[in-house]
Amino acid sequence: MFCIKRFCFVMTIVSAAPLTELEKAVNHLIDVFHKYSNTSSNLIDPAGIEKLCSDLDVSRTDIRFLMLAWTMKAEKQGYITHEEWTRGLKALRADTIDELKKALPQLEKEVRTPSNFADFYAYAFRYSLTEEKPESTDIETICQLLDTVMGSTFRPQVDYFVEYLKIQKDYKVINMDQWMGFYRFCNEVISFPDMSEYSPGLAWPLVLNNFVEWIREKQA
Amino acid sequence: MGKNLIFEDIKAKIGSVVLPSLKNTHGKELLEKLYQRMINHKIMVSSLSEIFEDLNKFLADGSYMRSKKMSRSLPLQVLRDRRNRGTVIQNFEDLAMFSFREYLLLEINPESRVAVVNMIMEEREGVAIDSDLLKKVLDIYMQSGIGTVQVYEEHFEDFFLQQTASYYSHKASSWIQEYSCPEYMMKCEESLEKEKERVTRYLHSSTEPKLVEIMQNQLLFLGAKQFLDKGQSGCGALLRDDKKDDLSRMYRLYHAIPQVLEPVADVFRLHIATEGSVLIKEAEDSATSGIVEEQVLVRKIIDLHDKYMAYVTDCFQNHTLFHKALKEAFEIFCNKKVAGKPSAELLATFLYNLFKKAANDKSNDDSALESTIYNVVKLIVYISDRDLFAELYRKKLARWLLSGQSGGGGHEMLILKLKKQFGNLFTKKMETMVNDMELTKDIQRLYMGVAKPEVDFTATVLTLSSWPSYKTSPEPNLPVEMVKCTKAFDPFYKSITKSRKLNWAYSLGKCHVTGRFDAGSIELVVSTYQAAVLCVFNNAERLTFNEIIEQVKLDHEDLARVLHSLSCADYKILKKEPASKTISKTDSFEFNSKFTNKKQRIKVPLPTLDEPLIDKVVDEVVKDRPSAIEACLVKIMKEKKVLQFRQLIAECVERLSHLFKPEIKQIKKRIEKLMEKDYLIRDIDDANSFKYVA
Repeated sequence: MFCIKRFCFVMTIVSAAPLTELEKAVNHLIDVFHKYSNTSSNLIDPAGIEKLCSDLDVSRTDIRFLMLAWTMKAEKQGYITHEEWTRGLKALRADTIDELKKALPQLEKEVRTPSNFADFYAYAFRYSLTEEKPESTDIETICQLLDTVMGSTFRPQVDYFVEYLKIQKDYKVINMDQWMGFYRFCNEVISFPDMSEYSPGLAWPLVLNNFVEWIREKQA
Repeated sequence: MGKNLIFEDIKAKIGSVVLPSLKNTHGKELLEKLYQRMINHKIMVSSLSEIFEDLNKFLADGSYMRSKKMSRSLPLQVLRDRRNRGTVIQNFEDLAMFSFREYLLLEINPESRVAVVNMIMEEREGVAIDSDLLKKVLDIYMQSGIGTVQVYEEHFEDFFLQQTASYYSHKASSWIQEYSCPEYMMKCEESLEKEKERVTRYLHSSTEPKLVEIMQNQLLFLGAKQFLDKGQSGCGALLRDDKKDDLSRMYRLYHAIPQVLEPVADVFRLHIATEGSVLIKEAEDSATSGIVEEQVLVRKIIDLHDKYMAYVTDCFQNHTLFHKALKEAFEIFCNKKVAGKPSAELLATFLYNLFKKAANDKSNDDSALESTIYNVVKLIVYISDRDLFAELYRKKLARWLLSGQSGGGGHEMLILKLKKQFGNLFTKKMETMVNDMELTKDIQRLYMGVAKPEVDFTATVLTLSSWPSYKTSPEPNLPVEMVKCTKAFDPFYKSITKSRKLNWAYSLGKCHVTGRFDAGSIELVVSTYQAAVLCVFNNAERLTFNEIIEQVKLDHEDLARVLHSLSCADYKILKKEPASKTISKTDSFEFNSKFTNKKQRIKVPLPTLDEPLIDKVVDEVVKDRPSAIEACLVKIMKEKKVLQFRQLIAECVERLSHLFKPEIKQIKKRIEKLMEKDYLIRDIDDANSFKYVA
């Protein structure tokens, strides 16, 4: 019967204050956002990310890109929302792509502090999850992710673990607990590959018990 | 004043007269003189004391110099000895004793204590000595401590213990060479007794524990390994030769030294495990084509257990170490397979056959049966796959219950014992099964009250979930008399129960059929299937295999089995054409009217389908374990909310111990599954703890 055709909302404000510096900056950020976003979805989609990465001079599998995503708290792999973008760039105090690029080395330094890194490491796993598999990630992706995230700090551990994951038959996917278990393993079992600190009686995820047994057998 | 003068005087006297008189004397003579001097000293002290007393009285009477009264009791003072330690001096006697000690006893002590110890050494070697003298001299040491045993300890005891240690150290090394293990232990025990008695005769009682400790160390501890391992007479040999007295002695000597008791318990464990393994090996060797003489084996194992349990209680005074060793040893060989059969199966078979025999043997008294059951349950405690035992036994129990035989006392006793040992859950299904049979009797009585079946009819109602699963075949065509019975029972049962569905297990039924043969009637006890097949021949002379299938509607395999039992086995009630030993589809059959038998009633056995292979039962049982572990974990976490990983594992193993021994990895896998299912999460603050998610 009735259908609203047009609706004008009228409101009054006390005074039209000039835009604050912050608001200006935010507006600027949004302008930059639109350079990469898909106009129909208002998201930076995989294509936009490709472009962003090339402007920033980083590869998509570069740890710094993952760190940027962590700063933005980007939820869905391959996409960045408006809100995430603003959150990230504000945190990095970057208004332009150039500034963002310059902020990356400092960002890496900050993420690599122990308190941030554990959170970042957990984030990297969550970020790898997809809608089809919201709990776990397949072995192949995990291996890549391990290489990206831990490759520079725990090289031998990552190499062994990746090798093990590829030959073992028990697990097709890795879940959060197992993922975090490996981080704990790298940090707590310092002497590698002797693993003198390792105790099988602790609550390691089974995949790590098997991993250690596999190494021991290899060593024997 | 005066006292100091006297003190100096005594000191001078000791130095100039007494001490020189003792110099250059040694041994017993020295001790005798020392004692004499002590007596003299005491006489002097008491005379002087009296003089003081008198003087005191005199001064008091004369009210003279009251303020400077002399007294036996001196103002409290502390004198420093040669080690600059203070001795509290309260009276004149103390003062005198102090000077005796400082200026005489301790001067000659290097000589005198050697003399004392030498005499003791002589006594140890069997020489008679003047132990009175020793007692008197050692009393001097004790008294000169003025209220403490310090002097005795420092100037005599230390030296004595040191000498004793080296004495027994020498003894130990020569005895070990010279004597066998039991002889050595006797020597040790004898020496210990003698030393204890020595303490009572002339040493201070506080010396005893120290002395015992030194002897234990020198005689028992240091050489322990060497003599316990003595091949021909060591601990292992004592067990081998059943030397209970020597073993008891060993325990008496060693019970206070855990470091040695442990290796002894190890030897004990190893010995039992070896003997047990020999029994297993024997049974394995005598097993013919996979049939193990389980009656013999289980009895032998029970005897072995009785024997060594007696060792634990008698020789080893119920010490936990030995209980543990016994348990571990039995766990080792009780879990070995014999000719491919798990021990769970052997025990189940043993019990079943035992009860079968007991039911037939009217004279058998219950107490013997009960004690055997008691012993078998003890063995069941040692096997780790008790769930498998329960499953196997349940299958046998089912067979027995359905056979309708009497004499189930054994089964009931066993179930009761199992319940007591492993809890209600363990025996729940078994109890339900027994209970079902009782209920059946009630139902039968009720049914007889309302129905008048044409033939004698009994219906047994089983609770599906508690009984082993039976093959359910499609309903065969039964003789009309039988159909009438089942059809009539169905509504009756529905009328007395609520919403229960009856499924007829035709393969389990039993039937009495009268066969009218030319030579006379014989009652045939057969299964439902056999009866159905026999009745088909009421209407036909001769039938082919396929015609029978057509009429009875049994499946091919079952029918072949039934026909085989009726035409190829001991009783040839049907004539088969051709008369071979196997059934084929092309065979034809006819009623054998010439059949005869001496008995009025014969049981025509229908071989049951081969009992499920043990491997299959094992598979089934093992398949149930993961869910049992998960259920257990959830139950624990529900109670505890947060739990350390280690505790969780321990608790889970403990709670499942009545069923089986879960591996840590198995449990871990279940924990991870539960985390995936969001029952549990890892504690954020402690990666080794888990939290229950409600």
